[in-house]
Amino acid sequence: MENYPKIYLYRRIVQAKLFIDNHLAEQIDLDNISDEAYFSKFHFIRLFKKIYGKTPHQYLTFVRIEKAIQLLRTGRPVSEVCYAVGFKSLSSFGSLFKRIVGVTPSAFLEEQQQMKIQILKTPLRFVPACFIYQNGWDEK
Amino acid sequence: MSHMTVYVLNQESALDFYTNKLGFKMVKDVPMGPDSRWLTVSPPEQPEIEMVLFPIVVGKMFPKETANTIVELIKKGTFGCGVFECDDIYATYEELKAKGVEFMKAPKQEFYGTEALFKDDSGNWFSLQPKSNATPTK
Repeated sequence: MENYPKIYLYRRIVQAKLFIDNHLAEQIDLDNISDEAYFSKFHFIRLFKKIYGKTPHQYLTFVRIEKAIQLLRTGRPVSEVCYAVGFKSLSSFGSLFKRIVGVTPSAFLEEQQQMKIQILKTPLRFVPACFIYQNGWDEK
Repeated sequence: MSHMTVYVLNQESALDFYTNKLGFKMVKDVPMGPDSRWLTVSPPEQPEIEMVLFPIVVGKMFPKETANTIVELIKKGTFGCGVFECDDIYATYEELKAKGVEFMKAPKQEFYGTEALFKDDSGNWFSLQPKSNATPTK
């Protein structure tokens, strides 16, 4: 059943990717990840990029910012989010976040909070009308 | 297309499945009374499409008998809800399996291309295919 080509390579690369996902808040040494995956650093980076389209370092940055977006959407303060996703300095977090997302973390947090207020005030504005009618949500 | 609906048995569990296992992003979470919420997620590379994680709640849309029937059908794994494409089906399969996703079929080369089948936490099933399966436009 599971006999596709190079299955052992896939498993090692996927384990390395999941390690990054699960330890993004920590100071990850990407050299150690290639060691744990039993690859030379060069071979590891090449295979990782082939599968995920990003080098391990680029991927780590990507998942940290994605996690930061997720945490900011829950209303957690910027300084807390910065350290929770593995950054050591607020300024480097802020500039990288702005470069990737397009707005500063504090502006993003403010947008999200305004959105939550609007959702509580006028929830039906955020739902397609057909669903509102079919479920009788406008009758409540 | 802007919205598609997947009927789920439990919205919180479905949200966990689609975001933490499949990697979707939560888009809207709007309270709709005590029993349900308007809850949507999007595939990471397709923010324009919202998948509505719709609970089966007895009410105007689902009279009791209808609701019971749909719940039973979902639990039986009756509904095939769609096809997901990925860059590398073997890597995606290994990752989802490591995260505890239940596969009905491991990646297999068929005459129409490579395919795997998996279930969501409710029992809805999906096909997983590599983007390279897509037929070129003539």
